[in-house]
Amino acid sequence: MNMQKSVARRSFLPASWPIHGCLVLGSCLFVVPFLWMILTSIKTLGESTLVPPVIFPAVPQWSNYSEVFNTLPFVTYYINTILMTAGRTIGQLLLCSLAAYAFARIEFPGRNVLFILMLSVLMVPSYVVLLPQYIIMKDLGWINTLQALIVPGLFSAFGTFLLRQFFLTLPRELDEAAKLDGANHFQIYWSVILPLAKPALIALAIFVCLWSWNDLLWPLVVTDSPDKMTLSVGLAMLQGEHLTDFPILMAGAVLASWPMLAMFIFWQRHFIEGIAITGTKG
Amino acid sequence: MKAADVELSTRHSEAVVNRKHKRVSRVMWRDFIWAYLMIAPLMLGLLIFYIWPVFQTFYFSFTTWGDFGTYQWSGLNNYQQLLHDPDLLGALTNTLIYTVLAVPGSIAVSIVVAVLLNQKIRGVGLYRTLFFLPAVTMPAAIAMVWKWLYNGDYGLINYILSLVHIHGPRWISDPHLALYSLILVAIWGSIGSNMVLFLAGLQSISSVYYEAAALDGANRFQTFFRITLPLLSPTIFFQTVVSMISAFQMFDLLFLMFEGSSNLVVNSTQTVVYLFYENAFQLNNKGYAAAIAVLLFVIILGVTIVQFQLQKRWVHYA
Repeated sequence: MNMQKSVARRSFLPASWPIHGCLVLGSCLFVVPFLWMILTSIKTLGESTLVPPVIFPAVPQWSNYSEVFNTLPFVTYYINTILMTAGRTIGQLLLCSLAAYAFARIEFPGRNVLFILMLSVLMVPSYVVLLPQYIIMKDLGWINTLQALIVPGLFSAFGTFLLRQFFLTLPRELDEAAKLDGANHFQIYWSVILPLAKPALIALAIFVCLWSWNDLLWPLVVTDSPDKMTLSVGLAMLQGEHLTDFPILMAGAVLASWPMLAMFIFWQRHFIEGIAITGTKG
Repeated sequence: MKAADVELSTRHSEAVVNRKHKRVSRVMWRDFIWAYLMIAPLMLGLLIFYIWPVFQTFYFSFTTWGDFGTYQWSGLNNYQQLLHDPDLLGALTNTLIYTVLAVPGSIAVSIVVAVLLNQKIRGVGLYRTLFFLPAVTMPAAIAMVWKWLYNGDYGLINYILSLVHIHGPRWISDPHLALYSLILVAIWGSIGSNMVLFLAGLQSISSVYYEAAALDGANRFQTFFRITLPLLSPTIFFQTVVSMISAFQMFDLLFLMFEGSSNLVVNSTQTVVYLFYENAFQLNNKGYAAAIAVLLFVIILGVTIVQFQLQKRWVHYA
């Protein structure tokens, strides 16, 4: 009897309907802004400024979306953003996992010094290195190039640390067995460790994807010609063009943010686990 | 005869050991080369793009920049200017208000949401998904949507307020209010990811504690304050440190929400990183910008160290 009582008491609130009430109300706060963004994006300018507001447009104005593409080269922004995101993600996965393998699995002189040096990078906020990074880009003649968007984003102390911690949890016997079979370190890394590290690799990939797709400050700094801008910078440009034409601005916001939202809806579990593993927000 | 045999075999085994030793060291050398090869690309990149730039920023903070990227040593000039810059004082105050309200605000709400979601109720997955939506949305887009919701004349928020006969304020064009409106959006946007981390923290609390509390006749609030919160404190500590570091660097939301606003609004909302951006890339005061960056770095470092010192007082590691 005592047992039953304690089990019942375990949950913090007994009956579930007040909890549902709070949660439904809370959910509205999170869903309504998104719905309103989508609904406004298919209204006419006149409909968007009606008081009291109308919820649905009389006729959906899909032309707002084509207006966005007409005002600014959004197709180019998409291509640049996709290339930047893919480049940084693939690059980071490769470079971080290679270094993480060496840190986790090989003993070599200077390992601790190099590891501490890498950890110290974790403590440096990104804006502290922004100015010199920009000057490097300028000296290389990389302003308004794809390299500028990708290359400085390839190297991550955080990603390396994350993967190294995960590699340490994998049993050593696997390496030893592969070594006895005559495998070299690259072979062990590629065919033993990487396949086992999938959860950590997926978490890092999602983290880098989100960070790159949404990145504003760096693309803003290294691009000023429209043919190399990204979606986030494009939104700022759109706002400059259509200061208060909110239906068109909302269409732009939908266009810029839907790919990550769609990915999240499809791979929710991975996204949420990824955030729980990486422990930080983009 | 026998002694000679023994001697021979000893010599033989010594030779084996020697050969083995040589082989081991050759294998070790191969290991070292592999390790350096695997680490080199990352380390070179970190050196060029992160480690060396820290020293460069520090150096630049003692320089004054002219046109065409030329600069000269100007000693402590920039730092003296920092002391007398009203813009910097404003930006520091804004950043501080932002951090002090947004971080604890978001963490408190996230804990409540996480506790609510940590029940055996239906639809937890759906709620979690919905709360998480802002965490995957581009901050620039979030800023735009909220700018629209906050709109004084046609915004949804003021319309809803008018239904209950409240005349809504000018959320983002009133200089006294703009920063607080921004803080609300920042809290809204960060609940999702914080909540996920707190949920993970809650799920790692052993049910033994709750059973013991129930046996002792603790009520819900006692259970929450005496058990849940202390056992969650390592997660709370970690999230506070990480969120504070990123709050001190607030830029994206602010940039999209207030770019092109009146001077009064810009002054009442601009953060330190915004001031840094303005000086470095719009006004070409790169030396001064570097000094701002160094100052903020020192502040962040100081706050983080203080937090680590204070954690002994309130963080319980089980």
